[in-house]
Order: sequence, then structure tokens, then C-alpha cells
Amino acid sequence: MKPEESATTGADLLVKALIDEEVEVVFGYPGGAVLPIYDSIFKQNRLRHILVRHEQAAVHAAEGYARSTGKVGVVLVTSGPGATNAVTGLTDALMDSIPIVCLTGQVPTHLIGNDAFQEADTTGITRPCTKHNYLVKSVDALSRTVHEAFYVARSGRPGPVVIDLPKDVLMNKHDYVAPKKPVQHKSYRPQVKPDPKKIEQAVEMIAHAKRPIFYAGGGIINSGPKASKLLTQFVRMTGYPVTNTLMGLGAFPASDKQFLGMLGMHGTYEANLAMHGCDVMINIGARFDDRITGNLGKFSPGSKKIHVDIDPSSINKNVRVDLPIVGDATLVLEEMIKVWKAKQPKTDQKALKAWWAEIETWRARNCLAYKTEKGTIKPQYALERLYHHIKDKDHYITTEVGQHQMWAAQFLKFEQPNRWMTSGGLGTMGYGFPAAMGVQIAHPDALVIDVAGEASILMNIQELSTVAQYRLPVKIFILNNQYMGMVRQWQELLHGSRYSESYMESLPDFVKLAEAFGAKGLRCHEPEKLDDTIKEMIALKHPVVVDVIVDQKENCFPMIPSGAAHNDMLLGPEDKAAKPVSEEGMVLV
Amino acid sequence: MQELASSHTISVLVDNEPGILARVVGLFSGRGYNIESLTVAQTDAKQNLSRITIVTSGTPMVIEQIKAQLDRLVPVHRVRDLTVEGPHIERELALVKVKGTGDKRVEALRLADVFRAKVIDAKTDSFVFEVTGNSDKVQTFVGLMETLGLVDVGRTGIVAMSRGAEQL
Repeated sequence: MKPEESATTGADLLVKALIDEEVEVVFGYPGGAVLPIYDSIFKQNRLRHILVRHEQAAVHAAEGYARSTGKVGVVLVTSGPGATNAVTGLTDALMDSIPIVCLTGQVPTHLIGNDAFQEADTTGITRPCTKHNYLVKSVDALSRTVHEAFYVARSGRPGPVVIDLPKDVLMNKHDYVAPKKPVQHKSYRPQVKPDPKKIEQAVEMIAHAKRPIFYAGGGIINSGPKASKLLTQFVRMTGYPVTNTLMGLGAFPASDKQFLGMLGMHGTYEANLAMHGCDVMINIGARFDDRITGNLGKFSPGSKKIHVDIDPSSINKNVRVDLPIVGDATLVLEEMIKVWKAKQPKTDQKALKAWWAEIETWRARNCLAYKTEKGTIKPQYALERLYHHIKDKDHYITTEVGQHQMWAAQFLKFEQPNRWMTSGGLGTMGYGFPAAMGVQIAHPDALVIDVAGEASILMNIQELSTVAQYRLPVKIFILNNQYMGMVRQWQELLHGSRYSESYMESLPDFVKLAEAFGAKGLRCHEPEKLDDTIKEMIALKHPVVVDVIVDQKENCFPMIPSGAAHNDMLLGPEDKAAKPVSEEGMVLV
Repeated sequence: MQELASSHTISVLVDNEPGILARVVGLFSGRGYNIESLTVAQTDAKQNLSRITIVTSGTPMVIEQIKAQLDRLVPVHRVRDLTVEGPHIERELALVKVKGTGDKRVEALRLADVFRAKVIDAKTDSFVFEVTGNSDKVQTFVGLMETLGLVDVGRTGIVAMSRGAEQL
């Protein structure tokens, strides 16, 4: 046999490298530049390919897969439009720190820069929306690059990595090079082990707190399920209150008495006031996002702040902290628990009792309460009923973006990590449905529900074709208020109720739409029939679209209006007139 | 309390690979940081490393951010803030073309001598001077030449290094 016959092509060794990285599923869409890869995929049966209907959906599906499993999500798209369509998904993954490896086709190396058919400067376009990217110019660099890309995507603060693959590189022949373990990257070495001195200082600060609060975010989820266990253990050891960010829901069991709910713009009254009034804040794996802090100048003015983050650039970015700790949440929590156990510190029981009493008065305001109306389904009620019927089942929730997303975060309770997939940082409408497909692929027997709005769902509705093809029993639970609800809410609050372009004229008939794609469609108008509809949805083993017609005018409360502080929340519609939004607040998004 | 912005000279050791400069520059433009001066060239052929020297300005919090953001770029090996990490030296080189005859020409040559600028091209009606020093000195020299027939200036931007035996 001649050597060039024995050697594998670039495409073959790419597939081999993916299998060596324990990749089971690739979400993708074929095209001219990646045909050699599709040919290699065709000739094997270890790697499963899921054909989506739009490249953006491929990335979101991979995100759902990654976030529900802790593995790296893999995407395969062609050059030019394939790559540019993936950009929104990549940016979403970057903002929410989701590990993704995205393989993009490219025109052959000799045509790069010639404005060839379906050519785009993919590494140029994706540079600011990836953790790192590569253009593989020669087949001998291919295996090494793939293994390095997986390492970069999953280690440190996870994120999306693009590998741009010119077609000639995929067709040239070369021997496969297996990954080296452990990986020693020449320049990229994220710090995962915390400084022991800082752990001691942190424990000291935590032990002496009179009005403490734990504020935990998506970093706990990214660190792995063990981090959530350790967080729960440590929070219970201290007896302190804890709040989660939108990305951190599930990091601490929602049913626990020490849990104050989500914080931030649509967080609970008790969580936000506790953040405002605390004397020691223990931030683990959250990044002081503007949706959390509200007015920075008035953010938690009297507290000493501890900030645990794996990414040094997150520290002192928005809020200056007193004790930064760089490290992986699991290792940091392990060390903190160890030191806490060794020191057996005596916490200030009297002060803590007073602090909890204050928190309980805030909690007693029952900030998530809403008014019911006869004959109308309130969106909050729909979610309460949904939760009632799924809570004892093995379930995963994804969302689109808007009011329904915030209500889902408030009214669905998460007891475990990796069960909640939402677009937090970028706020991508159209995220939830493809993400749910990715989750369902990873967990074929679980109940996977995309809580959606009627506007968001239309942004990736073509994926109904994908769920039909793979018989994915994903449930789409649409809270249909015939408005882009969050846009309408802001127009009501900030722009004199001039609902400019936020009414969804000529919506499709979602039941017929579902049927057109071979899915089942259900509709519910009346509160009395809601339970039956939800039960039917759960019982069906097909993809189901549920069109729940909800109150058109309901707004999402509580709310920290833009530019306001944590202690300046709107608790309901009555508060609106009393607290007009400042001019500086109007400028903010 | 409003923090004051100050100028910092930052040395960055990076892999000399395609796109690295775009990564660094894109980081600055994307996050709204200033670049006052930027120089880059390969400095270690064996390990294929380049050294980037950036002069930037910002409040202490922004400078801290810039360094952390640079450091998390995958091909970045080391980031050092020379301004805060002890004494350092900065140099810039400029080529300055001056056109003129008679008294002005003599005066230009005399000033070049004072500034230890070298004549690297001479015609009967022009000089090209090479002047090296810190940015102030280069700026002063260029300023003086303005009245004496300045035609063209090329400046390298700042390269910098810490004093003493320590390696970057």
C-alpha cells in the first residue's frame, strides 16, 4: 500500500479527533466547504450528527446539550453564511460561558482573500465573540488544533472556540495525532487553585458577619455538580441566607428555607433588600452584571465583598471588592469548608437572628403575588400549574427571552443544577427551542420544556422540522399575550404606553403550525382547562406546541427600574406612578 | 470619589501568530480603551514570540481591567505594567525630514546636533534626521523643526523595558 493511501484525510482525522475527545453528538448543517467532513461522518457510526434547520439553532442546541450535561457542545457549519449564521449562538455562549467547539468550513487556502463563493473572514468575524479561534492552514496542524480547542473551550472559564477549516486541509492526507494528556498549553494556564491565605481571610470575614448573604451564579453550575453540593453544604453549615442569579438557579435548592430566590432586576424583594443591607457579601461565580446590581453607585453600600471567580478579569470590573479570590468554585468551596470545620468559628447568633427576622419581614411582603381575574389565564398562574405537574418528574426547562423568561425564573423552582437553560448575558430570543432540542438529545427520556413567548418562538420556529425528524418529544409551552411583552412593559413604563411595533400583528395559528410540521398542537384559553392541557402535553410522547392564551396586559414584577437601587423596587402596578424612572435610567437598557 | 486617569506602559509577550495583533487591538476598541502608542515585532525567533508595547491611559480600575483582559487572551504569555512595577526606560525613534537652504538649514543641523540626532540622508536642500529618546524629547525636536522646514515625520511609538537584571 502506498503511504498516501494508508494515511487518512484531514476530514477523517478530524472525526477521529472528535471521537477521541469523547464527542457523541454534533449539531450541524452541511454545505460545499464541509462536504469532506460530512463524507467522513457518513462512513462511520460512532459520531451522531443532528441536522438542524438553521446554523444559529445548531449553536443553541449545542449550548443546551453542554449546559445540561457539563460536556463540550459541538457544532459543524459550512463557510460563509454557515459561519455568519452561527455568530449569534457563539456570542450567546461567550456571554454565558458555555463550552462549545464550532467547526466552520472555509474556502481552500489558495482562495482565501479572493472573495470566493461563500467566503467570509470567519476568524475575523468571530474573534470578538469567541474565547479563542483558529484558522487551520495545514493538515499537519489539524489534530493538535482540535485537541487544543477542546481544552481551551472546557478549561478555566468555559467558552466557545471556533476552528476554521479550509476545504483543501480537509482533503489533504496526514496521520492522526492522538491528544496528549495532561494538556500543557504553552501560554494558556487558567488559575484554578485558590490562594490558601485568602481562603483563611474569607472564612474570617464570613464568620464575623452580622448581616451576611451568599450570592451565587453560573460559575457554580459551570464548575460541575459537585460545586452545587459544596455550596449547599457550606451555606447550611453557616445558616446564612443565599440568593442565586438567573444563571445560577439550581445551584442551591429552591425549596430550602435559606434560599431567598433570584436577585436582580426581576428578583425577589427579600433577595434584593438583603443584598442592599448586608454587611458581608459572598459572591461565588457571579459577575456583578448590570441586571444584578442596578444603580452601581447605590449598590450594597455598607458591605464588605468577597468575590470568587475563575476569571481574573471579572474581578473589580463593575464593583470594587474587598477580597478577590481567583479559582475554581469547587476547589474554593472545598477549601472554605475545610478551614471552617477546622476553626469551628462561633458566629454572632444574636445578630444573625435579627438579620433573619428582618429578612422574614421582607419575605412576608410576598412580592411574587399577583391578582387573579376570572376567566383569564395569568401567565404566573400558568407557570405555577406547569410546575405543579412537572415537579416530581425528571424535567429540564429552557426559555426564550422576555417576560415569560423572568416569570419562569420566579415561578419554577430548581432543586438541582444543569436543569435550567436560559440566555442570560446576551438575551437571545430564539434560544430556548433549539436549546431544548440539545437537552432532549442528551436526555432522551426526560421531560424537556421550552417556556416561550409567542414572539420569541417565531425566531427559530423552523426547528419544528428538526424535532419532527428526530422524534424529539420537546414541549413548547407558549405564554401567548400577543405582545412582545417585555418591550411593551418598558414602553408602558418609559414611553407613555406608546406601544410602538410591539404588538404581534397576524400571529400564526400555533396549533395548525405544529400540525404542519407533524407535531401536536394544543390551545388553552380558560384557567379551568389549563390543568388538563398541561397533563395532556406531558402525556404525549411527541413534540407538542401548547398555545396558552394569557392576560395581554400583565407585567413582570417585582422590578428594579433601570437606574434605580435595590431598595427602590417596584412591587406591582400601583408602585409605578409613585416612582418615575430617572432620565439617567432611561438611557440604560 | 472620581479616580484620575493616568498613562501606563504595558509590555505583552505573545505568540507570533496570524491575528494576534488584531486580537489585542480588537480588545482595546471593543471595550473602549485608549491606545496612545503601540509597537510590535518578533523578539524571540526560536520560541516564535513577539513583544507588544502599549501605552494606554485610564483610571486604576480600568488599567487593572486592561491587564486582566490581555492576560486572558489565549496566545498571551505575560503581561507587565512597567509603570507600576518599578523603574523602567522608554525610547522612541523618529525620522524627521526637513527641507530648506541657507540659515534655516544650518540652524536645523545645529539643533540636530544638540539633540544628538543623526543625519541619515542629505541632499543640498534637505536632511533626514534620526532622533532617539523618550517621547518628550522626540516631540520637542519635531516641534523645533516645524519652523525650519519640516516636511515629514515618522515615529515608531514607544518601546520600553524595566531597569535592572530582571526578565519580562
